[in-house]
Amino acid sequence: MLRSIDPATIENSQTAFDSTPAPRFYLQRRRRIMEKIVFSAFRTAAVVNALALAIVVYFMAANGWKAISWTFLTQPPTNSMTQGGILPCIVGTLCLSLGAMILAFPIGIASAIYMSEYARPGRLLRIIRLGINNLAGVPSVVFGLFGLGFFVVYLRFGVSILSGALTLGAMTLPVIISATEESLRSVPDTYREASLALGANKLQTICRVVLPSAMPGILTSAILGLSRTAGETAPIMFTAAVFYVPQLPSSIFDEIMALPYHIYVLATAGTEIEATRHLQYGTALVLVALVLGLNLSAILYRSRVRKRLR
Amino acid sequence: MNEAVKISTQHLSFYYGDFLALNDICLEIRENQVTALIGPSGCGKSTYLRCLNRMNDLIARTRTEGTILLDGKNILDPNQDVVSLRSRVGMVFQKPNPFPKSIFENVAYGLRVNGIRDRAYIADRVEGSLKQAALWNEVKDRISESALGLSGGQQQRLCIARALAVSPEVLLMDEPASALDPISTQKIEELIHELKTRYTIIIVTHNMQQAARVSDITAFFYVGKLIEVGETDTIFTRPGIKQTEDYITGRFG
Amino acid sequence: MNNNFRKIQDRILKHFFFFTALTSTAVLFVIAFFLFKEGIPIFEKVSIQDFILGKYWYPTSEPPDFGILALIVASLSVTLLSAAIAIPLGVMTAIYLAEIASYRLREIVKPVVELLAALPSVVIGFFGMVVVAPFLQNAFNLATGLNLFNAALMLAFMSIPTICSISEDAIYSVPHSLREASLALGATHLETIIRVILPASISGISTAVILGMSRAIGETMVVLMVAGGAAMIPLSIFDPVRPLPASIAAEMAEAPFRGDHYFALFATGIVLFLFTLLFNLIADHVAHKYKQVGEASL
Repeated sequence: MLRSIDPATIENSQTAFDSTPAPRFYLQRRRRIMEKIVFSAFRTAAVVNALALAIVVYFMAANGWKAISWTFLTQPPTNSMTQGGILPCIVGTLCLSLGAMILAFPIGIASAIYMSEYARPGRLLRIIRLGINNLAGVPSVVFGLFGLGFFVVYLRFGVSILSGALTLGAMTLPVIISATEESLRSVPDTYREASLALGANKLQTICRVVLPSAMPGILTSAILGLSRTAGETAPIMFTAAVFYVPQLPSSIFDEIMALPYHIYVLATAGTEIEATRHLQYGTALVLVALVLGLNLSAILYRSRVRKRLR
Repeated sequence: MNEAVKISTQHLSFYYGDFLALNDICLEIRENQVTALIGPSGCGKSTYLRCLNRMNDLIARTRTEGTILLDGKNILDPNQDVVSLRSRVGMVFQKPNPFPKSIFENVAYGLRVNGIRDRAYIADRVEGSLKQAALWNEVKDRISESALGLSGGQQQRLCIARALAVSPEVLLMDEPASALDPISTQKIEELIHELKTRYTIIIVTHNMQQAARVSDITAFFYVGKLIEVGETDTIFTRPGIKQTEDYITGRFG
Repeated sequence: MNNNFRKIQDRILKHFFFFTALTSTAVLFVIAFFLFKEGIPIFEKVSIQDFILGKYWYPTSEPPDFGILALIVASLSVTLLSAAIAIPLGVMTAIYLAEIASYRLREIVKPVVELLAALPSVVIGFFGMVVVAPFLQNAFNLATGLNLFNAALMLAFMSIPTICSISEDAIYSVPHSLREASLALGATHLETIIRVILPASISGISTAVILGMSRAIGETMVVLMVAGGAAMIPLSIFDPVRPLPASIAAEMAEAPFRGDHYFALFATGIVLFLFTLLFNLIADHVAHKYKQVGEASL
């Protein structure tokens, strides 16, 4: 395609350029119309996502609203779960989520501190990161199997809050690690240098300078982790949750009820699937409100901190 | 010096939010000449340059007032199609910014997006542009290799070739040699000298020797105002205004 | 003295943090170990080949059949169909957010996508069951609305946030100078996106797509509740199916402890685990090998 050029003409660049006339452009109108069409397609895609969220929330709210009452929130289910409330499920979900966070938060932060503050880039860090990334990709039902095999059976914790919280904790660990690491890395190196130059040692620098600056990001990740554990079903199906327990848990070795599992049970295996529909919507609405509330507070908190920093 | 006026700027003001970056600029750019814009950093010279191909449109919360006539037509008119304006007014940036594509594709880019499909024509045009940018001899054996493998100076000349391929009438250069070594700088300056026979060139530079070497006309900007404009020889030997003299003799800036 | 103490303290702490990080990584290996420990025994009864390629999954009949081919096909078809919906929507939304939307709109739409990601899978499954399924059944006159298509649609909206946010990061991090260069040459914004920005961010977008598909293939509650649950190889997108995670979740409660069925479900878990591991390793490889093109270095 490219002709070989006689060396003599190479020097004389002007002549070579003159041989090809200046391009004439056309299709300007078509290009602009094309742009408009495709951009509206992009915009539509964004709207579809927003709409999807709105529709799901709308159906839960519109149908679940009637079921919500003080009794619903403060009473256990009655009449083989066709009436009554969901108090044990709320308590169970709170126990599991908080338990999981108590386990995952310190380990997650310590791991992130190692990866961001101590580790040198290299093969070891790459392997650790690969392990953590892959942990994040393990399906939730596989976490359930792991919890069953390890905590319930091998460690003999049985189907209990402890097993469930440990399983959920393992699952949120990578989420917390990567979010924390990211916020630690976004702390400017000049802060660390300034602290070290003043004679602080590494631990003091981390505790007094790096962690406080990264705290908004870390807290956001904790809230998001909490909301994720609250909504998970598959990991607790075999490790913590049961259809029905008459009383509230009294020890970490008790079996419990949980909101997501309760929805699943009522919707697929209840005695009266159609008759308990309003209870299913009500439970789903409580769960959605809990999870979206946590997420919204995380988002608002984050944007407030960002504004303050600006 | 009686070439026709190519670009006529009348009472141009430009705001970033509330900040007045250009204050009532009136400046005429003549055809087939090199106009150098000099002044300390933040004086508005780059902002002015970016008004000429409406690159400032990309920045949110900006406002432009006044008129810029290109061949007598106001390019600030809201009905002005910026896409066709930009293919008439080419631009070379401060830092070389080749696309992560082959050398050939970099130069062919402007033609391809403008709907040209004729392969033989594109090949000719690419070759001609690279020759004109004095890069052909250095890259002709690796024309399909990545442009990111070139040296900084070569990348910048590639960017010039890329701008030339669409055959602009005006070439805007925003400190094109500030990121380059002295030898590459010299090549770029020689190139500017050759190119002015066919293009109207406006170059922003913070290097006064460079302005003196390459330009016919020099305009001095200071805090958003055009202080003085005139033939380069005059500006550098007998500036009419004290501020210009202070700047070119290095008393500030 | 004091100095020495500080040095030792520093070293101890470094080791402490290192071992915590190692523990976090070790969880992955413990997971793999227990999956294999509880899954391997089934291969004394069926060969690996019969397990994976066997067409019949009748774990409770006499004699039982432990063939998960139909489950694998179900998982793959649900994932592919959901990817066909989620990739265009996710990537287009990412382009909209990174390139087109104004600052204020982006600040509104981005949290919406995050909230979409936050919806619990059981709620999306429930929505698919009680809202989408009856709608599909009526609209297409089907025997059941709980089928492959419904599951794929629900899964798509679960993987869109993953695809969208990772793609958006990749697109957003393409250097501004490339965008300006293209626009200055007289390309339209659309041409700039298609010819410069997308090619420059393709590795990030590929990673996003792979991770999104990985999330879809491992997602449990949605396929458990809306896929229909028939362990048959689907012939149409409106056939009910039983993907791998659904099979595990639905049957584990009934499987006799440490019986063949129990072992077979753990072995199914191994297959699922390996699938997602593969997806994640490919994503990691893509992300590292084809590093995002940055600013041209001088």
